[in-house]
Amino acid sequence: MSAYSVTEPSTRSKWFAGSLVILYALITMIPLAWIMLTGFKSPSDAISYPPKVVFEPTLEGYVNLFTTRTRQTQDFLEANPPQNWADEIVREYDMVIVGPSKFGERFLNSVIIGFGSTFLSIFLGTLAAYAFSRFKIPLADDLLFFILSTRMMPPIAVAIPIFLMYRNLGLSDTHLGMILLYTAVNISLAVWLLKGFIDEIPREYEEATLIDGYTRFQAFYKVVLPQAATGIASTAIFCLIFAWNEYAFAVLLTSATAQTAPPFIPTIIGVGGLDWPAVAAGATIFLLPVMIFTILLRKHLLRGITFGAVRK
Amino acid sequence: MAEIVIKNVRKEFGDFVAVRESSFTIEDGEFFMLLGPSGCGKTTTLRMIAGLELPTSGEIYLDGEEIGQRPPSERDIAFVFQMFALYPHMNVYKNLSYPLVSQGMPRAQVRAKVDEVATILGIKNILKKPVGGLSGGDRQRVALGRAIVREPKAFMMDEPLGALDAEFREHMAEELRALHDRMGATTVYVTHDQLEAMQMGDKIVVMNNAVVEQFGKPQDIYDMPATMFVADFIGSPAMNFLNFNGKIGVGDAQIRLNNQPMDIPALREGAAGDLVFGVRPEHIQLFSDGDYRGKVLATEYLGTTQIVTLDTPNGEVKARIASDQPATVGETVGLGFNGQTVTLFDKTSGRALRSELNEGVLAHG
Repeated sequence: MSAYSVTEPSTRSKWFAGSLVILYALITMIPLAWIMLTGFKSPSDAISYPPKVVFEPTLEGYVNLFTTRTRQTQDFLEANPPQNWADEIVREYDMVIVGPSKFGERFLNSVIIGFGSTFLSIFLGTLAAYAFSRFKIPLADDLLFFILSTRMMPPIAVAIPIFLMYRNLGLSDTHLGMILLYTAVNISLAVWLLKGFIDEIPREYEEATLIDGYTRFQAFYKVVLPQAATGIASTAIFCLIFAWNEYAFAVLLTSATAQTAPPFIPTIIGVGGLDWPAVAAGATIFLLPVMIFTILLRKHLLRGITFGAVRK
Repeated sequence: MAEIVIKNVRKEFGDFVAVRESSFTIEDGEFFMLLGPSGCGKTTTLRMIAGLELPTSGEIYLDGEEIGQRPPSERDIAFVFQMFALYPHMNVYKNLSYPLVSQGMPRAQVRAKVDEVATILGIKNILKKPVGGLSGGDRQRVALGRAIVREPKAFMMDEPLGALDAEFREHMAEELRALHDRMGATTVYVTHDQLEAMQMGDKIVVMNNAVVEQFGKPQDIYDMPATMFVADFIGSPAMNFLNFNGKIGVGDAQIRLNNQPMDIPALREGAAGDLVFGVRPEHIQLFSDGDYRGKVLATEYLGTTQIVTLDTPNGEVKARIASDQPATVGETVGLGFNGQTVTLFDKTSGRALRSELNEGVLAHG
């Protein structure tokens, strides 16, 4: 008899599975790597064909992303020597930096709106999910279905009513308006996901807390919340990714004040030719917060994806 | 420590009645068993005493104080859950100290108290461990510790041994009973295991279909069941039921089974129609002669005793006899019943008829 186990995969199948994962990772990560590399190319390297894998890195893209520049005469350039390394880079194109671009501001808007709506979705979602999970609510099933039904159409289908509504309410191009909008879209996901997680937490924990002399609300935040941390974290990632990446409503409803990064990045293309390195730099920086957030919470995310499959 | 009085307590969940008007008294320091098949309302009753469910009607008195509608935190009752419900994000020490912290006890005092309880339960060496990796027995001990650390008026236990494996259960049952005897605290214990109830309880309430069937000392319930359900549920094998039809009056001390006279304890009430002659297996003797006869269908060897299944004119009967007494399958033997232990039941209502044997027990049942 050879050593054989039903549940433990064989070495060969482990190798096979491993190679598949690596292959898939390569396929999905090549575009990412491409964007990140392009951010460090010069404009001519960025559009050269065949594409350059080895090139001389430059911060030109990043400088162009964060600054506004004007072309100047040779006399002006000679009279005003470059003030810093960034200035030096743009001198090559007979330009000078005249100020910061709007990117920083737009990026900050994305952070405020993305994290704000994620926080609000999770806050409301957790309370609602707890109520649905634990209390007898009249018409609970109908309410849950109603909440779910808001996801049954693409949000953009209601763009025109929302546009008109926001204009009348004065919510157009405001941070609050965008936070409320993204929360409205995310809340159904949050309620349903979190209800699943909270359903999995045995009621006995809360009952034990009540018996031990605590109030219902103390039982909620001292025992249920720590238990639901995994679910809350993974739900937060899903909500943040949506709010962070959302493009259509951002284009439609924001302009001068509350514009987020997604509608801003394409506008770079129009300034002084097709500046792909600057676009790539913008995309790279835009990626970072969600990436960091996801990496920080990745353990929870895995449980979030497989939740309900295996009872703890 | 406290006396608990349950008075006409009823619990409905929507249209479903979980517990019908039930009354019984748990005396101070008693180890009290709530026994019954699953879904009979015993756990609901326990949860109502603890305050995890509020009764639809009726009153619950703890030490003479009506507490039926109070939240659990105002009752000073501890609860041990079947699945233990230890807080998974806390270590053993924190689990044990949690009920004390809620009372605002000073830290040094909490430490001393937890230490004392941990010593009693023999879990001092695992205080710093997370509860996730504990064995079943240690979890059980921590759950008990969390209950006793606060010195509550009474303990509620919902099948606390249900999650343990059979071997360890026995051991834990002894440990539990010893702990109770040492602390003398009123304990209410839910179980569906009649052996566990008989073995550990000072008193037993038998529930079925949301109704209290009988309550009393284990031996009284075993010897003098108030209903056919109790007679059947308690004892293994269960009480034998021999069906017969007849009319009996007050003071009768004999009935006829298949035209054979049988002694019974003198009756205190009369009845007529479909009746049942109830006798425990150990109160049946087998003879080679005798007028009331049955055919041996099977024998089960149990060491010191054996269970003999017989086919009689009034139905199938199981007798517990010494294992050295010969009993051969297929043989026809005579049966003798120990008349003073017999209980008669009215078959339609399922209730025991009052007799000189059981009138004392049935009076408060």
